[in-house]
Amino acid sequence: MRLLRLWPDESHFDFMRLRRFSFPLSALMSVGTLVLFLIIGLNFGIDFKGGTLIELRPKAGQSDVASVRHTANGFGFGETEVQEFGNQGAISIRFPLQAGGETGQTLVMQKAHEAFDRDYAFDRVETVGPRVSGELVQSGTIGVVLSVVAVLLYLWFRFERELALGAIVGTLHDIVLTVGVFVISRIEFNMTSIAAILTIVGYSLNETVVVFDRTRELMRRYKTMPTEELLNRSINSTMSRTVMTATSTALSLVALVLFGGEAIKGFSVVMLIGVVICTYSAIFISSPFLIYIGLQAGGGIRATGRDPAALPQAAE
Amino acid sequence: MLRFSSSKLVGTLAVIIVGLALAIPSFFSPEQRKAFVASAPSWLTALVPTRAIVLGLDLQGGSQIVLEVDRPDLTRTMAQQLRDDVRRALREEGVQADGGVQITPRGVQLRVSDPAARAKALPKLQALSQPVTDAVLGQTGARTLEVRDEPNGTIQLTFTEAGTNARVRRAVQQAIEVVRRRVDLGGTTEPSIQQQGADRILVQVPGLQDPQRLEEQLGKTAKLEFRMLADSAAGDVDLLPSRDSNGQKVPVERRVMADGADLTDAQPGFDQKTNEPIVNFKFNLRGAQRFGQATSENVGRPMAIVLDNEVVSAPRILQPITGGQGQISGRFTVQQANDLSVLLRAGALPAKLNIIERRTVGPGLGRDSIEAGKLATIAATVLVVTMMFACYGVFGLFANIALMVHVGLILGLMSVLEATMTLPGIAGIVLTIGTAVDSNVLIYERVREEVRAGRSIPSALQAGFDRAFATIVDSNSTMAIAAIILFFMGSGPVRGFAVVFILGILTTVITAVTLTRMMIAVWYHRFRPKVLPI
Repeated sequence: MRLLRLWPDESHFDFMRLRRFSFPLSALMSVGTLVLFLIIGLNFGIDFKGGTLIELRPKAGQSDVASVRHTANGFGFGETEVQEFGNQGAISIRFPLQAGGETGQTLVMQKAHEAFDRDYAFDRVETVGPRVSGELVQSGTIGVVLSVVAVLLYLWFRFERELALGAIVGTLHDIVLTVGVFVISRIEFNMTSIAAILTIVGYSLNETVVVFDRTRELMRRYKTMPTEELLNRSINSTMSRTVMTATSTALSLVALVLFGGEAIKGFSVVMLIGVVICTYSAIFISSPFLIYIGLQAGGGIRATGRDPAALPQAAE
Repeated sequence: MLRFSSSKLVGTLAVIIVGLALAIPSFFSPEQRKAFVASAPSWLTALVPTRAIVLGLDLQGGSQIVLEVDRPDLTRTMAQQLRDDVRRALREEGVQADGGVQITPRGVQLRVSDPAARAKALPKLQALSQPVTDAVLGQTGARTLEVRDEPNGTIQLTFTEAGTNARVRRAVQQAIEVVRRRVDLGGTTEPSIQQQGADRILVQVPGLQDPQRLEEQLGKTAKLEFRMLADSAAGDVDLLPSRDSNGQKVPVERRVMADGADLTDAQPGFDQKTNEPIVNFKFNLRGAQRFGQATSENVGRPMAIVLDNEVVSAPRILQPITGGQGQISGRFTVQQANDLSVLLRAGALPAKLNIIERRTVGPGLGRDSIEAGKLATIAATVLVVTMMFACYGVFGLFANIALMVHVGLILGLMSVLEATMTLPGIAGIVLTIGTAVDSNVLIYERVREEVRAGRSIPSALQAGFDRAFATIVDSNSTMAIAAIILFFMGSGPVRGFAVVFILGILTTVITAVTLTRMMIAVWYHRFRPKVLPI
């Protein structure tokens, strides 16, 4: 039986040379993300913005988005979004945060029940008050920052300083671009999105760590190899794994996008794009970054600069 | 070499079998599980796992409400009580305050211009300030009140931050009790009520059909008072809206003759004459005495039944009511009379509770989510399993077995840990299906490399596993760090995702490293292949 190979066994592709394209490209995309982020901003869901979300499903027959929109706007609760989604005629209504503290939100619910109870079933109702949403923003931001710091510390202990820095640069790159995906796609940014970003942090590091593990191993074995060649070798020899894992993860995420249902579609789409970004950055950003900082080409790498016993050794 | 001590073999298999066994109940419906527990002998149910994974509210449908103690309302109540205490203290000393005692935003103030009288009153007022006690910290050294004697004759009594906080904490604990009684009396199944943060209560009720009614019940303070209707708006009276006169305000005397705290029972019923829904109540001994005395002193006058600062009705007292029983009428519907009796039985909340967050998922949507999740899991499994087999042949088969065990172990661990499965949790499982094979891929690719480098088969296998192990530890540790932080920072469903992810990382080590290694070792010793089929 012939086995499928997604990547040739022996590859000698000069990945490092592509940094002349990948760095400007990533810089452009990152700056673009930043600009768009400042101009357009994220499409915050009610988790972070506060407000009320209602999902309706027609009790019988067809739903009438136009009339629901008309009624909901008529409540006078400010800018109200009414959308049809999914394929069973489900309608989502988003009311902005109401003034007058928590009782304002309760009023929205009462009005909505009065108006729609007859024809629609309330599939989902979410109300988040102003204080809660503020706290969720805070804990979400702290979570992302904390995870980056914690991982940095871990890598600092486990790897050489340059490698740790390279991994962090790659991770930050991935976070920025993922946020960019949210900005451009207008996919709602909510608590689940924070989960997506933290998962991408994990995945991004996983990719980088696998390559760097090999870099470290080769650094010890070939003490005089030029950095570019060293990194090219690390990437080439782990490339078949990278492709396999990226494919299997992407396949399962495709399953999630196609069959997972509306509620986590945004999450799955972002994760899917995130996996592509992470794979790209591990090869074209984190690794070439090492050339720019300290690991100069041609010179002996400072792999022996530390007590080798302090570094974890793969058992021979 | 690819040798396993038999103890390690048995140990690993035991862990896997137990883990998978724990997952089995989750594949049966609650009815089937109940039937099994009911019919099977007790020694069997003690041996066989019967606990299934807990489904989050987003999957089984239900309501979650976060209530917060209304601090301003609580402070107002505290200030009113303080005013009464100050008045009593002044009365005992025979001191008159010029212009009475005023409520300020953070306490009360009064003016006693006569120095002698002030000197007499001050120690009494100072005695109202108590040391703050905390259930956790014990005596904190702080006091509940700050008493300031200002040169112009004004005396300010202000609540301290520590005192207010301690009171909020007490109020939350009290409120939890009341909320629990209300939810229980409402007849819903398995509600979960817990404190969240310093001043919040999280109420989760699975499968609730009518969340609005729950909200209405939880949001009401249910403070019941019996006070006399006043003749005029002058003097010690409050102007309260009245149901009898369609919300118009009527004067009600401030003095409370009896209140809801003295009730022992409240039941809905019907008035025998008008056939209108009413609530019958019973007082305890103290309440009965106070009520009896008040009604005998005020025969012929209307008595206001005040619920949450609204006059529900104001019946005229026809004769002294000494039996400690009475009824409240107020143009109720049957439902309202029912709800009111529940509220009165459960007792009053120490302060108003605000709903600051509510999430309700209809049971239909929850079922849809589960179905979608199952479909996605099956699709992901088929795709990944096919790819692994196409790329690694028999080794892919081993990885696939490990993958199945891996998912089973996650489910088993979740049941035994009573972790909640949420919609993002399902996404986590699907994602884990994709990433779990990573460890196997790392090992297999390494083995391929070693074979190409000219190693013998056993030594290539050995080196593949050993070399890849360090990488697996590093890559999984970084993922685990992100997941653990996600667990601590996330809330509700996101936490469910983090749990799945953490468990997935843990079980990877057992399945991808140990289990596959064992399968390969057994396979190698059995077939002794000349060429590795990968």
